[in-house]
Amino acid sequence: MIFKYQVDAAAPELAGRASTEFKSVLKQLGVNAKIIRKISIAMYEGEINMVIHANGGEITCTVDEKQIEVVMADSGPGIPDLDLAMTAGWSTASQEARELGFGAGMGMPNMKRFSDEMDVKTKVGVGTTLTLRFNL
Amino acid sequence: MVVRDFLELEDLKLILEGDLDAEVTGGYMGDLLSVVMGEADEGQAWITIQSHVNIVAVASLKGVPVIIIAQGFEPDEETLESAKEEGITLLGTDLDSFSIAKKLILEKGL
Ligand SMILES: Nc1ncnc2c1ncn2[C@@H]1O[C@H](COP(=O)(O)OP(=O)(O)OP(=O)(O)O)[C@@H](O)[C@H]1O
Ligand SMILES: [Mg+2]
Repeated sequence: MIFKYQVDAAAPELAGRASTEFKSVLKQLGVNAKIIRKISIAMYEGEINMVIHANGGEITCTVDEKQIEVVMADSGPGIPDLDLAMTAGWSTASQEARELGFGAGMGMPNMKRFSDEMDVKTKVGVGTTLTLRFNL
Repeated sequence: MVVRDFLELEDLKLILEGDLDAEVTGGYMGDLLSVVMGEADEGQAWITIQSHVNIVAVASLKGVPVIIIAQGFEPDEETLESAKEEGITLLGTDLDSFSIAKKLILEKGL
C-alpha cells in the first residue's frame, strides 16, 4: 500500500499534517502502537525539516507486511556536510524558526534514533531525499 | 491522576477542553520542540512557553494529553482548532514553567 503526501512550505502552520494523517492511517491498519509512535516522531522531524530548511516536497509511505518505508524528497538547498547535520545540537535554523521552538539540532538525531534504518541522499543545490525504514 | 484534576489548581485556567478523563502519569518541561519530541513520554503533562500550532502536533504524536502554556502566553486560533480536533486539553498560567511544575508536584502530587 502506498500513501503520498504533499508538504507545502508556504503553509508552515500545516507542518505536521502529513505525519498526523499517516498516523491515523497506521492506527486504522492496526499497526502496533509503539511502532506508530516511532514512525510519527521520525516522520514529523523530516516533515518539519522539509518546511523550515527546504521548500516543501513530497512524502511517500509504503506499507508492506514486514516493514514501513517513509521517503521524504525535497528540491531544497541540500546539506553540505551530512555528518555535521547528524550531530546532536547542530542547526542552521533561522531566527524565525527558533522563535517557534525549532532549531535544537535534534531532528536528524531523533530520526536516526526512532527508525530502524535511515538513509540520506543529498546534493547541494539539488535537494535531499531521506529514507526511513521501520520493521514491523 | 486525570487531566480534570489539574483544574482544581487556581493558577491554571482552562483554555480548551480536550479529553479531561485522560490519565496523566507525570510531566515534562521544555520549549525546544524536537527535544520534547525525543524525550517526553506518553501520558505526561507538557509545560512550555510555546503557544503556536506545532505544539499540538508534538503533543498528539507523543500521546501527551494536556499542554500547560506558561508565563501568560496565549495560543492563536489555529492552535485552538487543532487541539480541539486532536482532543488535547490546553491550560494556561501566568506563572513560569518552574513555578507551575512545583505547584503540580507539591499540591497535586504529580
Ligand atoms: N531537508 C533539508 N534540507 C536542507 N537542509 C537540511 C534538511 N534537513 C536538515 N537540514 C540541515 O541539517 C541541520 C540539522 O537538522 P535537524 O533536524 O537535526 O535540526 P534543526 O532542524 O536545525 O532543529 P530541530 O530539528 O531540533 O528543530 C539543519 O539545521 C539544516 O542545516
Ligand atoms: Mg529539524
